[in-house]
Amino acid sequence: MMGWLAQHGAAALLALRRLAIAPVNSLLSLLAIGIALALPAGGQMLLSNALHLAGTSSAVPQISVFMAANAERRAATEIESRLGKYGGVKQVQFLAREETLARMKANPGLRDVIEVLPANPFPDAFVVTATDDRPEAMEKLAIEFRQWPKVEHVQLDSAWVRRLDALLKLGRTAVLLLGALLGAGLVAISFSIIRMQVLTHRTEIEVSQLLGATDGFIQRPFLYYGVLLGLGGGVVAWLLVGAAALWLRAPLGELVQLYDLTLVLEALDARDSAVLLGFAAGLGWLGATISLQQHLRQR
Amino acid sequence: MIRFDRVSKRYPPGLDALSDLSFVVAEREMVVVSGHSGAGKSTLLKLIAAVEKSTGGAVLVGGQNLSGLARSALPFLRRRIGMVFQDQKLLFDRTVFENVLLPLSIAGFHPREAAQRVRAALDKVGLASREKALPVMLSGGEQQRLAIARAVVNRPSLLLADEPTAHLDQETAEDVARIFHEFHHVGVTVLIATYASELFPGARRLQLDHGRLLP
Ligand SMILES: Nc1ncnc2c1ncn2[C@@H]1O[C@H](COP(=O)(O)OP(=O)(O)OP(=O)(O)O)[C@@H](O)[C@H]1O
Ligand SMILES: [Mg+2]
Repeated sequence: MMGWLAQHGAAALLALRRLAIAPVNSLLSLLAIGIALALPAGGQMLLSNALHLAGTSSAVPQISVFMAANAERRAATEIESRLGKYGGVKQVQFLAREETLARMKANPGLRDVIEVLPANPFPDAFVVTATDDRPEAMEKLAIEFRQWPKVEHVQLDSAWVRRLDALLKLGRTAVLLLGALLGAGLVAISFSIIRMQVLTHRTEIEVSQLLGATDGFIQRPFLYYGVLLGLGGGVVAWLLVGAAALWLRAPLGELVQLYDLTLVLEALDARDSAVLLGFAAGLGWLGATISLQQHLRQR
Repeated sequence: MIRFDRVSKRYPPGLDALSDLSFVVAEREMVVVSGHSGAGKSTLLKLIAAVEKSTGGAVLVGGQNLSGLARSALPFLRRRIGMVFQDQKLLFDRTVFENVLLPLSIAGFHPREAAQRVRAALDKVGLASREKALPVMLSGGEQQRLAIARAVVNRPSLLLADEPTAHLDQETAEDVARIFHEFHHVGVTVLIATYASELFPGARRLQLDHGRLLP
């Protein structure tokens, strides 16, 4: 008698043979599934890169204090000493307007713009780190600083982080939703492809039943077919996402550089890749199972 | 081996193919079922292989009452029965070898042993040299013999054949009949539905007429 493994091997081989018999059909099916999966997979790729970016950017919330453009250096020095002595302030970093100008000029994209300006558009500024960095405490400090003389603008940098956080949450929900929706689509695709396969092999199924085949024996090659379809589609999606990551790497890197950040867009990591392939294979299997249940229940 | 106890079979919408049929086939017996077209010969064989279910009475095969048979037990009954179908039911996209291999794959035979058995069965029906051919490349008689090889490859104790000599010339029909005699001689219970009962001398005859057994 043949072992369990050998029976599965034979079924998998038969499924492969059926895929290979109609290469154009199989390829188009894989492409359809791959593109459907590439959307949520691509979303996940962008999301995990954004998460990484948020993690490496200033995680410590800060308060930026900008002086009025016409404020003299003396006024700035006064504010600096006042900030240094103020309770709740942990650290103060002075950013002289000349320095800021020089730094911005170093950016090739901005140099041309700055050079046509008649005067230095940047004010003196301070970056303040608070001892208590909870949003309410930071907000209180900001309100206080705004009332000081020659202070034009106070900005809570934590607001930016919080906004990014909210955006990422939204992104995660969107990826999940997209995954669920297109996952259901994949089940439907697999269902109808397997249905076609079952109809094509109807005689074979009937004859096998007459010769004493169990439902398990009959289903096995079709289930493998579904799994292979899903898996192949997953690989196509993985390749598409990898190609997109490579292609977007340079332009996205330049974009985030404008915000003083660095990002090297990475394709899906090992865990996400495994999830993608497992998800794809599982859904292919599910579509095949539903299709077969429906067919075998008819008789 | 086989017992029919007041069996009837009514096909929807209400046609009685078999009525009140009672008979017994003993182990190692060879029986020919004859009768006009539409008499119910195929239906009788299908009841034994549980392809159809009786609508009245009891069909027992090897002591097992088929009306109480669970769907999950069906495959194992069929593996003990070899059946040559009236329409043969060959797979035309598989080679001669693969057609005969199918019952063994289903039963879970090891590929090496299965291959030996397939070759032995093909040898028995005289198709040893055609194992790589597709069924369409065979003559009618060869296809008939291929169907027989597939039915016997699993060495069933019960062999059912529905018109195995139809459409064959006298000589080929005699060849095919001889194969059944050989299986009968080695102890297989054989039940053949045929018009050509003269090809099976020595077999007991069951004569059907409009679904009833003639005395
Ligand atoms: N699946 C079916 N549905 C409805 N009626 C059927 C079905 N199969 C057979 N019948 C009817 O049952 C009767 C017996 O058919 P069966 O096939 O058993 O006859 P038979 O003796 O094998 O005939 P033949 O020699 O032509 O093969 C016929 O009247 C046939 O029309
Ligand atoms: Mg018939």
